[in-house]
Amino acid sequence: MVLPALAIYAFLYLYPALSNLAYALQRWDGVTKAKFVGLHNFVNMTNNDDLLHKVVGNSFKFTFFVVIFQTAASLFFATFLVKNTKTNIALRTLYFFPTILSSVSVGLIWTFLYDPNFGFVNAIFKKVGLNSFALNWLGSEKSSLYAIAFSQVWFHTGQMMVIYIAGLQQIPAELYEAAEVDGASRWQQFKNVTWPMAMPTTAVVVAYTTIQSFRAFDLIYSMTQGGPQNSSNILVTLIYNTAFSSFRFGYASAESILLVVVVLVITWLQRRVLRINTGEK
Amino acid sequence: MFYNFARRVALISFALAIIVPTSIVVLGAFKKDLEIYTQPLAWPKHWSLFNFSRLIHEGNVFVPFRNSLIVTTCSVAITLTLASMAAYGISRMINVTGKVLFLLFSLGLAIPGQVNIIPIYILFTKLHLTNSLIGLIMVNVAVTLPISIFILTTFFRNIQKEMFEVAGIDGATTWRIYRSIALPLSRPAMGATGIFLFVICWNDLLYPLMLITQADKKTLPLTLIDFRGEYATSFSMLFTAILVASMPLVIMYVFMQRSFVAGLTAGAVKG
Repeated sequence: MVLPALAIYAFLYLYPALSNLAYALQRWDGVTKAKFVGLHNFVNMTNNDDLLHKVVGNSFKFTFFVVIFQTAASLFFATFLVKNTKTNIALRTLYFFPTILSSVSVGLIWTFLYDPNFGFVNAIFKKVGLNSFALNWLGSEKSSLYAIAFSQVWFHTGQMMVIYIAGLQQIPAELYEAAEVDGASRWQQFKNVTWPMAMPTTAVVVAYTTIQSFRAFDLIYSMTQGGPQNSSNILVTLIYNTAFSSFRFGYASAESILLVVVVLVITWLQRRVLRINTGEK
Repeated sequence: MFYNFARRVALISFALAIIVPTSIVVLGAFKKDLEIYTQPLAWPKHWSLFNFSRLIHEGNVFVPFRNSLIVTTCSVAITLTLASMAAYGISRMINVTGKVLFLLFSLGLAIPGQVNIIPIYILFTKLHLTNSLIGLIMVNVAVTLPISIFILTTFFRNIQKEMFEVAGIDGATTWRIYRSIALPLSRPAMGATGIFLFVICWNDLLYPLMLITQADKKTLPLTLIDFRGEYATSFSMLFTAILVASMPLVIMYVFMQRSFVAGLTAGAVKG
């Protein structure tokens, strides 16, 4: 019964993954004959590719921003909506709503909101007198990456919040009652009960958000395509452009192997750090 | 006191952060461009279906809509069938083979699918599966199989073994047990997984972008990207297209919130 699934998986997932390793050792424009170049692509990536180094940096900045703000926001709202009242359930449904939209739709909506001339974001900043904040959000090298990261947070906070709510509802009520008897303030209750007890959920949320941000191809492609001046280019958009705009297939394969390694190492590190944290408490 | 006030302000702010952009899009679909720029949140002066008719006649939106529908439903149906069979098979294996197979599929979870775009592109070019809806369906199935098998195997493993064993003693074949016991029992899990897959396939941009260039084979997200170039300054058209492209999922979400939340969080937790 496993056979049909296994056949497709082997042919369209495992086999491509392995052939990727072979392509990474070649120089190929997709038309002329491929040339075996050994580890040349990887040497080039390490030594003379300033663009790649910038893009790897961008990937980390983007992921870091999203992980910090999305996790904080989703936990923040989860603590507010943990009880199953009617209003809370309605709000959860609303907050979750962006998750079902396509990245392209979200990207285009935010392109409008960020528009320097008639965008809503700047209109609000001007209205409250913060004229200096009315920037060309997507058009400026300084802000484009973070502007997109903010859209990503808007996009997926509701999804992570729902996971947090499920986790928070597992915390025994007695713990809060005991804390209250001891006269603990809300902040102390959060610090000493909610945060340590929610650590396993945090591990899940952080791990998922990390991978989700590293993969944010659709959103970036639909908002800036990595520009201006590669300021919002991350690894997945770079791989796509290397292959399908510059037609350097071998080099793109080598870059995608770098992506696998980075994702695996980060996942592994996070597991270790978060396991130590949950182990101590 | 202060806590309740702060809580309320935070909740309302986030609610507005979602309602305002959504309203701009929905209202904008009925407005002229100038009105969107000057008064994005105001009620349309004249409710006009002009954008919709332009989208249908000029933008030919029915074609990508139909393509998205075909690709998504076929991908989801095939993935669910194959994944539930495989998951059932794996969960019934008590020997090492089951563990090895499960690990093999889990490998697909650790490696992001985007890593494979170059070999997939090369393979599909060789097989003449670019510019083909069947090709898109094949990629979708391959990419979503690991996560689906993972979710469903976990589910089948939690069903009491005795249910299957008793049926086995009664002489039912494996296939029969799968169809008459495993499948009916797994309806909620299958529903949630199905919705998760539907959202992923319906919204995907990367693979169509890579594999499709012919206009009559394009899917909705790809068409939206084209519109972005074509109607760069016409947000009324873009908003109308966004509205049309999102409508099926929005309607489903309204009627099946629970399954949506279950499916999209199961995908996250397990993925």
